[in-house]
Amino acid sequence: MYKRIGVGTGIKYLVIIGLSAISLFPIFVLITTSLKTQAQSFSIPPVWLFIPILENYVDVLFQENFLRYLSNSISVVLISTILTLIAGALAAYSLSRFRFIGRGVFSVATLILRMIAPAVLVVPLFVLWCKFGLINTKTGLMITYTGLNLPFAIWVLRSFISEIPVELDEAALMDGCSEIGIFFRIIFPLIIPGIAAVSIFVFRIAWNEFLLALVLTNRFTRTLPVATSLYLTDHGIQWAKLTAMGTLIALPALLFTFLAARRLIKGLTAGAVKG
Amino acid sequence: MTRLAFKRVLQQTSPYALLAPAAFILGLACIYPVVIGFQLSFYSWQLGIPWEGKVFVSFGNFITLFRSETFYTILRVTFIFVFTVVISELGLGLALALLLEGKLKGLNIFRSIFLLPMLIAPVVVGLIWRFLYDPYFGLINYLLKLVGVSSKMWLASPSLALPAVIIADIWQWTPFMLILILAGLQSLPADPIEAAVVDGASYFQILTHVKLPLLKPVLGVAVILRLIDAFKVLEVIFNMTFGGPGRSTTVWALQIYKTAFISQRLGMASAYAVVLFFVQLVLSMGLLFVIRPTEVKR
Repeated sequence: MYKRIGVGTGIKYLVIIGLSAISLFPIFVLITTSLKTQAQSFSIPPVWLFIPILENYVDVLFQENFLRYLSNSISVVLISTILTLIAGALAAYSLSRFRFIGRGVFSVATLILRMIAPAVLVVPLFVLWCKFGLINTKTGLMITYTGLNLPFAIWVLRSFISEIPVELDEAALMDGCSEIGIFFRIIFPLIIPGIAAVSIFVFRIAWNEFLLALVLTNRFTRTLPVATSLYLTDHGIQWAKLTAMGTLIALPALLFTFLAARRLIKGLTAGAVKG
Repeated sequence: MTRLAFKRVLQQTSPYALLAPAAFILGLACIYPVVIGFQLSFYSWQLGIPWEGKVFVSFGNFITLFRSETFYTILRVTFIFVFTVVISELGLGLALALLLEGKLKGLNIFRSIFLLPMLIAPVVVGLIWRFLYDPYFGLINYLLKLVGVSSKMWLASPSLALPAVIIADIWQWTPFMLILILAGLQSLPADPIEAAVVDGASYFQILTHVKLPLLKPVLGVAVILRLIDAFKVLEVIFNMTFGGPGRSTTVWALQIYKTAFISQRLGMASAYAVVLFFVQLVLSMGLLFVIRPTEVKR
């Protein structure tokens, strides 16, 4: 009996290690290629042992407007994340603590908007942003990303606020605290874990987003994913350089995964499984 | 007295005031565009012609759409893509979850590893797979050659391109199914399973008669979430094949982009978008329908 359990666990580990290898292999190829010379990156059979170089990163960082795209990406993502969190937390507070006309409609609307494909929005947003003068501006992209992420933020933060006992609010109200005061003094400090989970998610979506950024920006306001995609031309792809760029875009994802895997899993599975 | 009255007014307006910023942004960036998209689908409008120059064609775009061969090609590609990836991911995810069920040391580390493919930017995923599939410098052809299979022009072949992008999607999203189903398995009540064990049920009997029925809500949610996402897919394919060769990998969302910004027919693109919107709407309703009963039970 004891032995059988041992063998079973062994098989489980073998399977899980094999799966991890499959998951990691393409990412491993990405990172190692970015550390090779141009010639090594094209070599078949592939060079497995090589002296890693940072030349591709230096090339990428100091050429081709990379720093401009990077700063575009950072400013758009940071501001839209902050906007999403503020507007989302206030809306979530309103939906979970007040009973008012239109509450049901608003909740259902956010649920439906959460499912909407960016491809459905791309044409009308292009048309509207042209009309409003928001096309090719970072402001336009910030508003777009905030709108895209708000439904998810509201949904998750609402579930966090619902877990806070209403008695806390009532006690504060008795002591003369205003509605806004309750939000900032009672609710907000208690939902900081939720805010953290949501911000990682919202950050990730905005940082990775490609289609809307492609259509709504020009060469001055372009973000990193769009810039990278434009280098993927049909002829003469410089894999060493491009993989360096890809690795730089993937860096936040790699960091988040190892710093906040639990929160990410909670966010990914939110609503599907309790606990 | 006045203060009390003021407070009452405040209480009635405060939920709306709190909701206002979110409602404004959602209205501007989501709801209004959807409305405009519906409106545009009834017009014939070329990119570059001013807003006033669009021509009302009633259901003209939809009629052209349903009569065109392209529509059915795109429909076929999209359905093959969506159903192949979701069914494969469900099957693989469920099998792996059952295999990995139970206490296992270090599972958290592995779970973090499985998260990586879905967290990395789709553009980068497209880039990686394009490199792997490269006919001359790619590792896939190299590895196949080692086992005696001849080189293939993966992304340039009309018959292999779709399977190639499907494999990339399965790589990226099977972990999602696995994590969801594992979480579902862990939260199953222990009593019915123990009772079945006491009654002498075999592993297979417990699986089909106890575990799977209990797991149904989780599986339902996982499948619908993946369906919704799979219909949205654009970015990875955009960067791997741009829908080619021919239209062999042009999925629905990509067709919207191509119609609008390559063929420059904004009205037609909106007609495609409206169809996708309704597909997503039906799936979201399905999701609400699946989630609701389980919530009521709790």
